[in-house]
Amino acid sequence: MHEPTQRQLTFVEAIRESLDQAMEQDSRVIVIGLGVPDPKAIFNTTTGLREKYGPRRVFDMPLAENGLTGACIGAAISGIRPVMIHQRIDFALLAMDQLINNAAKWHYMFDGKASVPMVVRMIVGRGWGQGPQHSQSLQAMFAQVPGVKVIMPTTAYDAKGMMLSAIEDNNPVLFIEHRWLYPVKDRVPDTYYRVPIGKAHLIHEGSDVTVAAFSYMVLEALIAAKSMFNKMGIGLDVIDMRTVRPLDVETVLASLQKTGRLIVADTAFRTGSIAGELISQVVEQAFSALKAPPVRIASPDFPTPTSSFMAEHYYPGPKTIADAALALLGKSKESDSYRRMSVTFNRSGPHDSPNCEFSGPF
Amino acid sequence: MSEMTQLRLLYSMLRIRRVEEALADRYAEQEMRCPMHLCIGQEAIAAAVCEALRKDDKVFSNHRAHGHYLAKGGDLKAMVAELYGRATGCCGGRGGSMHLIDLAVGFMGATPIVGGTVPLAVGSAWASSLKDTEDVTVIFFGDGCFEEGVVHESLNFAALHKLRIVFVCENNKFSVYTRRDERQPNRPIYRIAEAHGMPASAADGNDVEQILAMSKTAIENARNRCGPQFLEFDTYRWREHCGPNFDDHLNYRSAQEIEEGMNDCPIDRYKKVLKQQCIASEHEFSRMEEQIREEISAAFEFALASRKPTIDDAKGKVYA
Repeated sequence: MHEPTQRQLTFVEAIRESLDQAMEQDSRVIVIGLGVPDPKAIFNTTTGLREKYGPRRVFDMPLAENGLTGACIGAAISGIRPVMIHQRIDFALLAMDQLINNAAKWHYMFDGKASVPMVVRMIVGRGWGQGPQHSQSLQAMFAQVPGVKVIMPTTAYDAKGMMLSAIEDNNPVLFIEHRWLYPVKDRVPDTYYRVPIGKAHLIHEGSDVTVAAFSYMVLEALIAAKSMFNKMGIGLDVIDMRTVRPLDVETVLASLQKTGRLIVADTAFRTGSIAGELISQVVEQAFSALKAPPVRIASPDFPTPTSSFMAEHYYPGPKTIADAALALLGKSKESDSYRRMSVTFNRSGPHDSPNCEFSGPF
Repeated sequence: MSEMTQLRLLYSMLRIRRVEEALADRYAEQEMRCPMHLCIGQEAIAAAVCEALRKDDKVFSNHRAHGHYLAKGGDLKAMVAELYGRATGCCGGRGGSMHLIDLAVGFMGATPIVGGTVPLAVGSAWASSLKDTEDVTVIFFGDGCFEEGVVHESLNFAALHKLRIVFVCENNKFSVYTRRDERQPNRPIYRIAEAHGMPASAADGNDVEQILAMSKTAIENARNRCGPQFLEFDTYRWREHCGPNFDDHLNYRSAQEIEEGMNDCPIDRYKKVLKQQCIASEHEFSRMEEQIREEISAAFEFALASRKPTIDDAKGKVYA
C-alpha cells in the first residue's frame, strides 16, 4: 500500500516526526512529559523539539501525574492542544481521576459546551526485567470508559498518521505504544498525512483463520502467518486492530465470513481484556458464522515477573498463535511440516529484548 | 470604595442567600432530584472575589458552587432548570447542582470530585500564559480539599511557571461532618501555600469589604505577572453538608458553635455597616428583596415550564 520509493523510519523516528510536524502545523500544540527535553528525550521520540519550538511549547514536568493531567485538561478546554507523555503506562494510573472523571466526562457532562483535545502517550514496557510495575498493558482499563479514545498503532506508518489524527481530534486520545515496536522500521512518507482512528487494517491475507491482533501481537501474528503458509500451507488473515476504542468489529466480521475461525491476540492480561470484548461482540453479532469457539491469546492472569528465568515463558508468541490456529482447524501437531514450522519460531537473540529481525513494509 | 460597589456587594450576597433559601424551601417537593450543597453563611467570599474579577476572567468551582456561579454572573434560570433536570439547564440536565457552567461569563465549570477542578484552573491559567492573554483564573475550594495531593501538585506547578491564578480557600472548618482538627494538624493552611512559593494571606471570610480589598490586590498582582496568589477565608456553613436542612440534631457541632456561626452572618453584618455609613436604609434593602424575589420567581417558572429531557437526550455528545 505504500510507495516503494519511500524512506524507511523506525517507529521512534515516525513518532518524533509526527510531533515535529504537528507543532509546525499548529502553534496550539504543546508537548509535556517527564524527560521530554532531557538528553534521552523519551527514547528519542522528542529529540530536538525543545531546540526547535522553545521552552514555551516543550516542557519537562514535576512528578505529579494527576495534577499535570488536570493542568493539560484545563489548558485543552482553554484552546491549547497538549500532548502529554508517560514513559510507562503504569505511571498513568496516578492520573486515573483526571483522565476518567474529567477528561472523559467534560464534554458530556457539560452538554457539549467544551471539549478536551489532548493526547496522552503511554508506553508499555517489556523485557530486561521491567517487572510487575513497568510492563502492564492496560488498554482495556482505559477503553472501558466512554469519552476517551484508545489507540495502539503497530507500524511506524500508522504511528505517524494516527498521531497526527489524534492531535487533530477534539477528544482525549490515549496513544499506547509498545516499547518493542520502537526499533521496527516501515516506509514512512515525509509528508503530513493522517491515518483514521477506529479503522482496523488487514495486514496479511489468508483464508483459514482470522487473527485479530493488537499492537506488538500483530508482529507475532505476522511471523506465525508467514511460517504457517510457507511450511504448512495454512492461511491466516491477520488484522492489525490499531484502535481499542472504538473497536472496528466490522473488519473482523468481514474476515470471519471468509474464515469462520477467530483468534484474538492481545498484549494484556487475559481477564477483562479487550480481546474478550471483541469476542463478545463477534459472538453477539455473528455466532452463526463461527465454525469453532473463538480463542483469546493474552498474557497470563498474574503480574509479569522480573527474573528473566521466569519471564521467558510468560508472553505468548508466534508459536502460541500457530498452535491455536491448528487446534481451530483440527489439525495434528504430529507432522514433519509442523516440526519444520516450529523451528522457524526459535529466536536467535535473547528472549527479553526486542526482536531485531522485524522490519517493514507491512 | 464607591457606594455602587458597596450596594453591589450586598445585593450579590443577598441574591445568593435568597436563591438558596428558595431552593431549600422547594427541595422537599422532590422535583429537584440531585444532591445539593448550599453555601448559606458563606456568601461573602463568592460575592467579594467575583466583584474584583473582570468578565473575561475565569472561575472554577466545586460541589458547593451556587454562590460562585451566581456571583460570576452565571445565568440563574439555567441553574434552576439544571437542578430540576430540565433540557434548558446549563448542562441540559446532565449535571445537576454539582455541575454548573456558564462560559459566556467565564464560569468554566464546577464538579464534585474534591480537588478535581484545582489543576484544571491551573491549566486555564497556563493556557492564558501560553496565549499571552491578560485574564486571571480563580479557583474556589475548601479546607478539606487542601488535604488532596492534587492541590499541592497544582500549587507547585502554578508557582513554578508563575501562572496568573488566585487560589481561594473557603475554610468552613468541616469536611462533611468531620472537623478540621481530626483531619489536619494545628497549623495555618495559608502558610503551607506560602511554602509552595507564593504570597498567601488569611482573613475573616464574613467581612465582605476586607475580602474585596484582599482579592483586588491578589488579582491585580496575578494579572501583573507576580505569580500565583493564595487567599484563605474563615467562614461557617450553616446547613447540612448536603441537602436543604439544618442538621443540628446530629450533634456533631455544639449549639453554641452554631449560634456563634450564625450570629456572624456576613449579610447582617454588612447591612449594619451600610446603615451606619448612611449608604442604604431598610427601604433600599426591601427594594433589593423585591427585585430578587421577582427574579427567583421567574427562574422557577422558567425551569418548571421547560422540557423534560428523555433518554434520547442522554445519548449524544459523548465525543466532540
